[in-house]
Amino acid sequence: MAKKVPVQVTLNGEERAEFVESGATLLNALRGRFGDTSPKGGCHQGTCGACSVIIDGELKLSCLTLAEACDGAEIVTTAGLATNSAMHPLQRAFAEGFAAQCGFCTPGMIMAAKALLDQKPDPTREDVIEALSGNICRCTGYEPIIQAVLAAAAASPHKAA
Amino acid sequence: MNDAVGIGARVKRKEDRRFIIGSGRYTDDIRHDNQAYAAFVRSPHAHAKVVGIDASAAEASEGVVAVLTGRQLVDDKIGNLICGWAITSRDGTPMKMGPWSALATDRVRYVGDAVVAVIADTPALARRAAEKVVVEYEELPAVVSATRALEPGAPQVHDLAPGNLIFDWVIGDEAATDAGLRQAAHVTEMRITNNRLSPNAMEPRSALAVYDPAEGHYTLYTTSQNPHVARLVLSAFYNVAPENKLRVVAPDVGGGFGSKIYIYPEEITCLWASMKTGRSVKWTADRSEAFMTDAHGRDHDTVARMGFDKDGRITGFRVDTVANLGAYMSLFSSCVPTYLYATLLSGQYDIGNIFCNVKAVYTNTVPVDAYRGAGRPEACYVIERMMETAAREMNMNPAELRRRNFITQFPHQTPVIMNYDTGGFGAGLDAALRAADVASFPARKAEAARRGKLRGIGYSCYIEACGIAPSAAVGSLGAGVGLWESAEVRVNPVGTIEVFTGSHSHGQGHETTFAQIIAGRFGLPMENISIIHGDTDRVQFGMGTYGSRSGAVGMSAIVKAMDKVEAKVKKIAAHALEAAEDDIVVEGGAVKVAGTDRQMLWHEVSLAAYTGHNLPAGMEPGLKEDSFYDPVNFTFPAGTYIAEVEVDPDTGVTEVVRFTAADDFGTLINPMIVEGQVHGGIAQGIGQALLENVVYSENGQLMTGSYMDYAMPRADHVPSYTIEHTTTPCPGNPLGIKGCGEAGAIGSPPAVINAITDAIGNNDLQMPATPPVVWAAIRAAARPAAAA
Repeated sequence: MAKKVPVQVTLNGEERAEFVESGATLLNALRGRFGDTSPKGGCHQGTCGACSVIIDGELKLSCLTLAEACDGAEIVTTAGLATNSAMHPLQRAFAEGFAAQCGFCTPGMIMAAKALLDQKPDPTREDVIEALSGNICRCTGYEPIIQAVLAAAAASPHKAA
Repeated sequence: MNDAVGIGARVKRKEDRRFIIGSGRYTDDIRHDNQAYAAFVRSPHAHAKVVGIDASAAEASEGVVAVLTGRQLVDDKIGNLICGWAITSRDGTPMKMGPWSALATDRVRYVGDAVVAVIADTPALARRAAEKVVVEYEELPAVVSATRALEPGAPQVHDLAPGNLIFDWVIGDEAATDAGLRQAAHVTEMRITNNRLSPNAMEPRSALAVYDPAEGHYTLYTTSQNPHVARLVLSAFYNVAPENKLRVVAPDVGGGFGSKIYIYPEEITCLWASMKTGRSVKWTADRSEAFMTDAHGRDHDTVARMGFDKDGRITGFRVDTVANLGAYMSLFSSCVPTYLYATLLSGQYDIGNIFCNVKAVYTNTVPVDAYRGAGRPEACYVIERMMETAAREMNMNPAELRRRNFITQFPHQTPVIMNYDTGGFGAGLDAALRAADVASFPARKAEAARRGKLRGIGYSCYIEACGIAPSAAVGSLGAGVGLWESAEVRVNPVGTIEVFTGSHSHGQGHETTFAQIIAGRFGLPMENISIIHGDTDRVQFGMGTYGSRSGAVGMSAIVKAMDKVEAKVKKIAAHALEAAEDDIVVEGGAVKVAGTDRQMLWHEVSLAAYTGHNLPAGMEPGLKEDSFYDPVNFTFPAGTYIAEVEVDPDTGVTEVVRFTAADDFGTLINPMIVEGQVHGGIAQGIGQALLENVVYSENGQLMTGSYMDYAMPRADHVPSYTIEHTTTPCPGNPLGIKGCGEAGAIGSPPAVINAITDAIGNNDLQMPATPPVVWAAIRAAARPAAAA
């Protein structure tokens, strides 16, 4: 079998350790070993954003990130945003603003939006468009997503984290 | 009635929570303990003979469970893939369906054609072993352009289709149309291409096949828009499993747009491989595999001639189209460029004479089938480019030329089969003109010019046929299936309701809209109503979701089943309350004797139905009704779209700066969801007009196999939209619904191209209008020889 390597991460605030195949992407490790299927594989080529996660505070494409390179990292995914069944302000804004249709790009969109609001809690429309331009959505035409991110920023200024 | 959630209410979606917290459950999210993975060895050649396959190194590779070939598939009597809609050529001969085996046996016909399947313990091991399969090919000349494929001496894709001609089909009166063109005061003639697109649902196709040897039973989890059709075809034609031993589940599906209607080689192979290996077998495409194997859309090459009398009224419309169907006939490929295309060539206009000839052609490219709109965008693009061009040539206002030709009386029989039941085309145009503030366009154009930008405006008045479709009608036109829909409404003893629908939701929000019509009608809370779909073990049968049919057909079936539930509820309550059945009304969650204070609550009637203690004599207990609803006609959504663009003359970069849509979808159940459908459709149409294009090299290599090469619309490509609605309720179904899923993709491309050609002053422009294409068109218009 392919060599397995231990990877220890803080995933959505929880200490986790798994053996992953050497060379596996973080996307496949999260979905296959860590049981978090919220990051989606839309292209496996770093071009659609569906697999976006936040690693040590930075937005990353998990399909282009080696799992073993994340040893010791703090990883946040969309599955970790809601606490005690209360949705994160961004998630509430997505639900209120009809920002999901098929839902497949949604976790990546939320991660990209969170990374933006963490850095820039009061973004302009252009900031939002730029922050989302690495994420492809085939259903919504983008406008409701852009509006949802702006609404989340307006609703919880400087508290987006 | 419960107006807060009923018809017309902007109810937030019930399904959103699971998507937004990352708990959506898509096919690739499902895992089984003994799961193995399939990887496919695909043809690197566009056209070749398969001379030999050496799988020995792959079989010896680590973790390999099985290496499966087309020969084994044939030995196990797995059937060829089929096209389910028979088209007859003008000379009376049937269409020529070339053999398509799930795994190629002796010949490959496009880059990506599956040849060998490797099953292994992990995806990585399967891929590694697949690379060790040695397939010996003898390369053959390839052809990728449909017009080139029709030329003498072109490479032959299928032996049984000489000249690569699948069918040569006609509709309409050729002699009368040509006479109408001869009598015309003005004839507009154009060559119009409709670019080849890849649907690109964000969830790649995936299949997980589970064989249970104890029962001889198969389960297929798959990315399908129509799991029952998949089960039917897999059992009846592909002979993979008996229908009663095959369960097909389409769980959350991440977009379809047509590409997930069909049953592909990978699903067939996974089911078969699961039986052969005794393992659950999963396959999930990556994006390059999706570009290489998902059915493409469009790819028409058309010459059109439209004649006008001196007053600008259309005297005849002749359309000659070559449709590229790719290397094999996909499931519904034949009806897309025929009955979903040419039957819409009357547009919104009163045209006495229409004739259309369609030649469908094999090429060494990915099979082409329905993609959002499916034939109707191609028809709309031809008509609306013609109308805009004719107006320019005749120095008429393009909106007024259209208005002069609008159909104003309904029902209206077109010369190409369709009978429009209702519409209000003038009202739609007026609404769009107002909302787009066309009156101030000259000022906006002048302002743009001061910034060095070329600003243009373009119109598109689309019509489409949805609510697919009356079964007897489509049967007479060659369809292999009926196109009704089923629903079962189960009222539980405690009064909650489960609706089992044959429609499938992959982004459309059925769990919300379908529940709304029940909650609104009976006055029940939304949370008491569950919509169940996508599982052949739970829903008896259904035809699935495509062609904007789930509202007009799927919801109509639910209404019919609700009628039966209500009738039984009234009988039970009338008996218990000792009242006349005619005096009973159901409202506000109660079943009442009208004009009195006597009533039973909804859940009391439900419980009474199940206890059976006090039912009318002879009534069976229980409260569960079903319906198979077969529509009486297509529905005809229509509207006017107006695009405004700004072109940078130095770079050719086009920006869509305003986009106005005025749609008539009949009754809207949830306007929020309808607007979402329009937004998404327009974004896809803008994508087609400006960005998207599948490109093959001369020898059949796919040049656009990733998002680095195939430009998708992103957040910075699309404007915010102005959406208006006009309403003429559809008389053909109980809710008055017409359908809204495809309009945006149908109506928007001609509006955008008409706007660009208006801006740059050169009408010679094909999609996609990428910056180099637009830049070259600007330069061509500037040359004196090309100046019009």
